[in-house]
Amino acid sequence: MSVLIFVDNTEGKIKKAGFELASYGAALAKQAGENAIAVSLGKVESDELQKLGNYGITKVLTADDARFASLDNQASAKAIAAAANQTGSKIILLAHNNFGKAIAPRLAVKLQAGLVSNVVGLPVSLDPFKVNKHVFTGKAIGHAVIHTPVKVLTLSYNSFGLVENKVNVTFEAFDPGLTNADFGLIIEQTQTVSGKILLSEAEIVVAGGRGMKGPENWSGLEELASVLGAATACSRPVSDEGWRPHSEHVGQTGKIIAPNLYFAFGISGAIQHLGGVSGSKVIVAVNKDPEAPIFEAADYGIVGDALKVIPEMIAAVKEIKG
Amino acid sequence: MKILVLIGNVPDTTTKIKFNADKTAFDTNGVQWIINPWDELALTRAMELKETPGSGVESVTVANVGKQDTEATLRKALAIGADKAIRVDSEPKDAFFVASQLAQVAKGYDLVFAGIEASDYNGSAVGGMLAEMIGIQSVSGVSNLQIEGSKAKLVREIEGGSQTVSLDFPLLAIVQKGIAKEPRIPAMRGIMMARTKPLEVITPVDTDIRVSFASFDLPPAKAACKKFTEDQVNQLVHALRDEAKVL
Ligand SMILES: Cc1cc2nc3c(=O)[nH]c(=O)nc-3n(C[C@H](O)[C@H](O)[C@H](O)COP(=O)(O)OP(=O)(O)OC[C@H]3O[C@@H](n4cnc5c(N)ncnc54)[C@H](O)[C@@H]3O)c2cc1C
Repeated sequence: MSVLIFVDNTEGKIKKAGFELASYGAALAKQAGENAIAVSLGKVESDELQKLGNYGITKVLTADDARFASLDNQASAKAIAAAANQTGSKIILLAHNNFGKAIAPRLAVKLQAGLVSNVVGLPVSLDPFKVNKHVFTGKAIGHAVIHTPVKVLTLSYNSFGLVENKVNVTFEAFDPGLTNADFGLIIEQTQTVSGKILLSEAEIVVAGGRGMKGPENWSGLEELASVLGAATACSRPVSDEGWRPHSEHVGQTGKIIAPNLYFAFGISGAIQHLGGVSGSKVIVAVNKDPEAPIFEAADYGIVGDALKVIPEMIAAVKEIKG
Repeated sequence: MKILVLIGNVPDTTTKIKFNADKTAFDTNGVQWIINPWDELALTRAMELKETPGSGVESVTVANVGKQDTEATLRKALAIGADKAIRVDSEPKDAFFVASQLAQVAKGYDLVFAGIEASDYNGSAVGGMLAEMIGIQSVSGVSNLQIEGSKAKLVREIEGGSQTVSLDFPLLAIVQKGIAKEPRIPAMRGIMMARTKPLEVITPVDTDIRVSFASFDLPPAKAACKKFTEDQVNQLVHALRDEAKVL
């Protein structure tokens, strides 16, 4: 018996979420007394796959088929289901990222499995199968119970972390038996942001709200992000006004993030905003209004003008980073 | 072309989340209910498509799984412009249950819209499950959708970027922010018309419950915020390094 871990790739590379999921899968397999087997779809560089062994994966099934590059939901779910059947896996894990979210529900239907998404830790018990997940956009934790023999989970980002655990990893070619008819999706164009830290993967996030006054003031935030090695984010009105792209909007209707450190400059801390960021380990708020609700969610705060604080913070961070 | 939009009935986004005494269920006392924010954007996009000359969209139907108290939410969807509403008469028990109910009514549409998640249980599950059950393609994280003849052209989010993709109908689009600029607000005329539009009630099918919640917890209360002044930026940065250990 084994725990099956779907490790996705972006243009042949495994992202941090993939290694975090591998770490989680290895720990869950240990808890269940089973093997941690990963499945990879599409062309992935072999040294990338090799790295899975650093996080406790003992075996990787590789479906080295270029057609998977289209991230076709239907075809991918079918392939993972085939891998689950071949390995006799009763627990199947995916990252709660764009792709994992898209295919997990299809997979759960195929495998007649119960699905719990946005899981935030190892199962509390295996029988009954009980696991914690985010509900109400981070405003509460639900203790979910899966009643079916087969279980599908998606893991919330940065909820488990990377756990190094070097083991010997073997590879096995895997043919999910798909035909061209399984791949209906055609990619016309891909735009990727290069050289930037992804918001979904960042350990530090620097966000600005309407209190930043206008898009022209973001150069300071970007510089701070760059000295911190952070990603940039914003509140909803900021993206609605077109000051920043939609992809940076965090909160209940935007991205839900859980970095180790979150900076909120000129953000009031509306309940919908907090929903998306309250999973952050440490929150720092800079707001000129001492009564702003963001201070109730924050661990550290500066009551003051964000535009004055930002340059000083850049200097202070540069100093400690030497 | 016929469009179906799935409508979730969720607590207003400003709701203070509380549970009953033994923490086994969400306390709905005093809660205002709204159309799930992404479903509202999906419906807005569906209406825009219908109004686009030459798009070939004949009708927009909305569907919800809920008891009679969700009809106010469905009437709002009709007021926004949907032609017809369907309610499967049951509490929404879990995502698999909801998708199984919707599978009864979702066949025969060319385009089905679902939201990226429901703002209550954050499942991100109903859309994908439904697509699998009725055997159609699905695309998730969709922020733009155009009809181009017999094909749909969509923009979806991928890790680190976005992608324009095309595929044939029928198709289920799981949408996120951007699919429509602002949710449409019902006008007086729409509200009047909604009263007489058809709202069909359907009996639920039996399915097993695959996932349930044993209980809930609120996150532990945060310690008070440590406040600094504008000229103590240095001290704050040092505290982040030495005390919080996050730098
Ligand atoms: C259905 C729904 C969903 C929503 N989803 C989201 C969501 O996902 N994410 C989200 O962010 N919002 C969301 N909102 C909007 C939310 O309610 C708030 O309106 C929004 O978060 C406020 O953004 P803000 O903090 O940038 O602006 P404001 O509320 O205008 O706050 C600006 C803050 O900046 C401070 N300020 C002003 N000048 C300065 C200065 N020079 N220096 C320091 N501080 C200064 C002010 O004191 C104020 O606290 C949603 C709303 C609804 C109805």
